[in-house]
Amino acid sequence: MIKPILAGVLAASVAITLPAAAQQQKIKIGFITTLSGPPAIIGKHMKDSVDLALDHLGHKMGGHAVEVIYGDDQFKPEVGVQLAEEMLKKNQVDFMAGIIWSNVMMAVVPVVTGAGHIMVGANAGASPLAGSQCNELYFSASWNNDQSPEALGKYLNDKGIGELYVMAPNYQAGKDMVAGLKRYYKGKIVDEVYTKFQQTDYQAEISQLRAKNPKAVFVFYPGGMGIQFVKQYVQAGLRDQIPLYSVFTVDETTLPALREAAIGQYEARFWSPDLDIPASKKYVADFEKKYGYIPSYYGAQSYDAIMLIDSAVRATKGNLKDTKALVAAMRKANYDSIRGKFQFNNNQHPIQDFYLLQAVKASNKDGVAMKIVQKAFEKHQDAYHQDCKMKW
Amino acid sequence: MTWGLVFEQLLNGLQYGVMLFLMAAGLTLVLGIMNMVNLAHGSLYMVGAYLAVALTGWTGSYFAGVALALLGTLLVGMAMEVVALRTLYHRDHLDQVLATFGLILFFNELVSMIWGRGAQYAALPAWLQGHIELFTGSRYPVYRIAILVVGLTTAIVLWYVVTRTRLGMLVRAGASNRTMVAALGVNIKLLYTVVFGLGAALAGLAGLMAGPIYAVQPGMGELILIQVFVVIVIGGIGSVRGALVGAIVVGVVDTLGRAFLKPLLASVISPPAAEAAGPALASMLIYLLMAVVLAVRPAGLFSSR
Repeated sequence: MIKPILAGVLAASVAITLPAAAQQQKIKIGFITTLSGPPAIIGKHMKDSVDLALDHLGHKMGGHAVEVIYGDDQFKPEVGVQLAEEMLKKNQVDFMAGIIWSNVMMAVVPVVTGAGHIMVGANAGASPLAGSQCNELYFSASWNNDQSPEALGKYLNDKGIGELYVMAPNYQAGKDMVAGLKRYYKGKIVDEVYTKFQQTDYQAEISQLRAKNPKAVFVFYPGGMGIQFVKQYVQAGLRDQIPLYSVFTVDETTLPALREAAIGQYEARFWSPDLDIPASKKYVADFEKKYGYIPSYYGAQSYDAIMLIDSAVRATKGNLKDTKALVAAMRKANYDSIRGKFQFNNNQHPIQDFYLLQAVKASNKDGVAMKIVQKAFEKHQDAYHQDCKMKW
Repeated sequence: MTWGLVFEQLLNGLQYGVMLFLMAAGLTLVLGIMNMVNLAHGSLYMVGAYLAVALTGWTGSYFAGVALALLGTLLVGMAMEVVALRTLYHRDHLDQVLATFGLILFFNELVSMIWGRGAQYAALPAWLQGHIELFTGSRYPVYRIAILVVGLTTAIVLWYVVTRTRLGMLVRAGASNRTMVAALGVNIKLLYTVVFGLGAALAGLAGLMAGPIYAVQPGMGELILIQVFVVIVIGGIGSVRGALVGAIVVGVVDTLGRAFLKPLLASVISPPAAEAAGPALASMLIYLLMAVVLAVRPAGLFSSR
């Protein structure tokens, strides 16, 4: 007699706990970025922004508790893949997001989409993923790599800058940026100089540049390279002689180190902290209040990635099993983005506006801030979307 | 290509060489005298840059900040020698490489924890900012001239210390035969700590001079360390004179390569080919130079052994 009673008690307890567990379904997001080494400053901006997005959502998506699991890819594709596999298998995450570097992204996307999960890129904009290798489970909350130099190229062309001196580090991204610039800039390129990746001293190149006396200079020097190049450009007395235009060189991660050396610098990108859009203003104000520093576009697009996921979870009422419905909801991008209204192209990359910014004197603790000068490119589509076979 | 530009590039090369010399002098002393491969020399360079930024801000005076940063790096270096490196002298080079690589990770993480992940702002006093007119139309940064002066002065002081003082005599003796020096009753332990501290202070000097032109960020030392090893291999391990000559040769060759290799190649081969080959060759140039020097003089230009 004891056995049936026990079984009955067990069955009853199972019946009681099961619905409770279903109600407590937790949404998990794996977020990969770089949290060690010199690029860790970018990772910090991204992680802080994701945490702020969770605060704004009350740590809930569509009524379900949400948890973000962070991973440090150490700037290495193989570590990124390992993290993605661990998050998918061990942590059972529902979505993956983040990733700064194109090479890490190229390695991680097949792992995530292969497992039937959605990946939301929060920085890297590798062209193959926008073109021939587009995937219905891969969404970009950022841009394609060469869109910013395209926007700058268009601006310089519209402005009638007749000749341009071009500099970039000698690696794939450097060449891609220059290719993007040339797609819209039709003036004369005086010289195209490729420097060693991670070069620290640019005095030799700066002397050569001065000797050519171009009308304007275009550079792409991300991270520490940008700090070094811009400081040395200014020290050589070139700031008031030849205007310096750049992409991914001067931003809120490098302004604290550059300060007055940055003043006068032109940059093109899709977002700036002074953008007059309600969602963006709220993000910037709350970010500064919580962390005490000014957010960068790296942070803004990470915040946006989480909000995008939230919009899809809400639209599908948290039914994450139906991937088709989830993808359809993601494609609508029906939420208040930090870039205002934007829409996804057929390749699931945003069609968005790009702006020309300038670093100007400001009353914050660095004494300098980025300010939007004008719109450089309206509803800009990347150059690869025709190569993507997806139609919807 | 004008002669004015060639002159300016030679000056750039000399200045870059002097910058490398400040780093190489300390490294070559430690490697030559203590037979210690110290990969963490770049970390001391970073410590010097960070201390200068922090202490200049704290004292409000550039000179006080710089002096305290030098002293600070000297103390950090001596502490590093006493705590971590002393046990490694009798181990082989691979163990030293592993241990000092560990120190690199330690120091990079330490500065991130104290100062944060981002790059630091390194201020310059007003009289070091700006530029001078070398000749018509050519502006040269005042600060680069200051680096040149500081570097050459350091070279003279080091030459004097090494060749004309008792400490220098011990240093030279230690480099040629350490067992004999110890047998003669010299406190070799103390000598090593002092030499290592001086080497660290030199790295700190290089770091604090580099701060205003480079990026003061975690890992900044590793970016320059490879070139510095090339310098001491070319100059001859343990020789300060070799470090000076090697540094200037590397500085000039690297600078002229970056400046003129592409236009020169373009006059020989097709411009698109030069476009591709120029930057690649320019970044290899100093390693090619090292290979040639090693083939002709395997112990370097001025070997101390």
